[in-house]
Amino acid sequence: MRRTLFESLTRRPLTEAPPGADDAALAELAASVERAARRRLGRSLAIRQVDAGSCNGCELEIHALNNAFYDLERFGLRFVASPRHADVLLVTGPVTRNMREALERTYRATPDPKWVVAVGRCAADGGIFAGSYAVVGGITAVVPVDLHIDGCPPTPQQLLRGLISLLARQP
Amino acid sequence: MAGLLDIIPQGERIERHQACPRFVVTAEAWRQAAAQIAAGRATLIGLWGDAIGGGALVHMAMLDELTGEAAVISLPCPDGTFPSVGALHAPAIRLERAIASLYGYTALGAPDTRPWLDLGFWEVLHPLGARRERPVADDDYQFLPVEGDSLHQIPVGPVHAGIIEPGHFRFTAGGETVARLEERLGYVHKGIDSLMAGATIDAAARLAARTSGDSTVAYGIAFAHAVEAALKLEVPPRARYLRALMGELERLANHFGDIGAVCNDASFALMHAHCAILREGVLRAADGAFGHRLMMDRVVPGGVVADLAHEGADGIRDMLHEVRRRFPRLIELYDNTASLQDRTAGTGIVGADLARQFGAGGYIGRASGRAFDARKALAYPPYDRLAFTVPVLTAGDVNARVWVRIREVEQSIALVEQILDRLPDGPIASSLNSGAADGEGFGMAEGFRGDVLAWVRFEGKRVARCHLRDPSWFQWPLLEAAIEGNIVADFPLCNKSFNCSYSGHDL
Repeated sequence: MRRTLFESLTRRPLTEAPPGADDAALAELAASVERAARRRLGRSLAIRQVDAGSCNGCELEIHALNNAFYDLERFGLRFVASPRHADVLLVTGPVTRNMREALERTYRATPDPKWVVAVGRCAADGGIFAGSYAVVGGITAVVPVDLHIDGCPPTPQQLLRGLISLLARQP
Repeated sequence: MAGLLDIIPQGERIERHQACPRFVVTAEAWRQAAAQIAAGRATLIGLWGDAIGGGALVHMAMLDELTGEAAVISLPCPDGTFPSVGALHAPAIRLERAIASLYGYTALGAPDTRPWLDLGFWEVLHPLGARRERPVADDDYQFLPVEGDSLHQIPVGPVHAGIIEPGHFRFTAGGETVARLEERLGYVHKGIDSLMAGATIDAAARLAARTSGDSTVAYGIAFAHAVEAALKLEVPPRARYLRALMGELERLANHFGDIGAVCNDASFALMHAHCAILREGVLRAADGAFGHRLMMDRVVPGGVVADLAHEGADGIRDMLHEVRRRFPRLIELYDNTASLQDRTAGTGIVGADLARQFGAGGYIGRASGRAFDARKALAYPPYDRLAFTVPVLTAGDVNARVWVRIREVEQSIALVEQILDRLPDGPIASSLNSGAADGEGFGMAEGFRGDVLAWVRFEGKRVARCHLRDPSWFQWPLLEAAIEGNIVADFPLCNKSFNCSYSGHDL
């Protein structure tokens, strides 16, 4: 163990240069997030991830944000265990009827000001699951969405670009 | 020893059903088959409802584990009832509850008649059978009673404290010790079965690929096997090899991620960080080779859609080189860290009898003495031509499940090397247009988590009914058994060592 730890000190880190903020995401955010809220949140955000019905593909790539290559925490973004500690809800999936109430309650448990980031194709409009008796639709059908990150699933790079726009100054 | 067809009662054989026989049987024969399964002479691998031309029926799939021989029996149930298999064989209980919720068919004599997957939120009852409007939104679900002094309950979920899928766990504990865990699942039920009905093969393949994202390749292969059997399609050898290559990359990525995550749940972050690096390496190699990190939609009925170029193969070889350099030291780290072993050894034990009875697949079965692996038992190409062993342990604890996965990583590395060395030239897909119409097909594939079953019935060239059975159906119940007598704080560790799919189960 000592050798592995020591090597981490002497080797160059694997962490890669961050991508720039996503222009489209910045524009979307500028429209939806008040300047005041942005000031209060500062440049550090606590994220609570909620799977509202995903196939778990999006979760795998969200997990990857924590690995040494992407290292999400260097941006002041970190995942927290409770919506009560969160500034941002990162919601995946088409919202299933069985998860609708749980998502609503998680949203209500998150203190204001808060942002909702919808992740993945299904989160936009239900994707290929739209129209099922068991699916409500996209995230907007249940809670207001401030930013959408597309992809099936979005790559960690795409996720980073979207999330960094949360921290970027208003254009 | 008698073969599977000698012990199951046979009725009218359905000729259009391919890759394994299907018989239409009587209720008495159905009962006999259930008794044979309960006696351990065959393994239950699937039980699902259907409606052909408005006529209700149930299908049951079983397997002879040694020969890899499978069969499906079908019982018409015009009055909406069938003899319960769960009454004799516990692994069928949740499957029958799901049939009752989805189709409204009743298993007569079933030990548990509470709904399953239906949590009271759908606007309709029996969405796949005779649909009717739900009278009032109801949720009076009763958890099983637990009796004893000083017991308390801990309800957990559906929203969990982490980047995890949703599900509800009801713990009853005496002090720190779990007296009973009861799972309630279905939160990510998307109605995939209903979306499959009437779908084109392309649309159905995309649904199959999104049944459980972590096993998208395995689902792609299982679904392709079923469709190709139904359409009587030949698949080019190069496509078979490329599928296996993707399947092994998927296994490597998941095993690396989960070995690290199990250690992380024992608060050993170093393993987690280093395993995550290996996982990322696999995903990048997969992206370079096939154009998608998870290789979603790359396996399709008829073959594959992405060919492997030289650069892609080189990227995979470079990744393997890195893994060979880094992984042995991580194994050593896992093995030599006493504080970590203290958490994983002896925790969450699954007995060999339960693993066998439930036909538990993947590392859960193999850590408890059940050697089944669809790649070996069914020997679907190209695995019939590749050299590999199936690691089996008997301790059945978290530690054994980690070790099986470590050994499987080593096997998968060797398999990927063999595939790259022997990859045949030629086309990567055959046309679906040449396929037969109105067929029925059965297929299986070994994912990282265990065997995925796919069954499809066509009307013309469109899917009339497709049933996908995740390995988790026969693993989730064992988690309830594994945690009994353990402390509540060890649940995350046990749960991660199982890593059952919620989405694959809830469908």
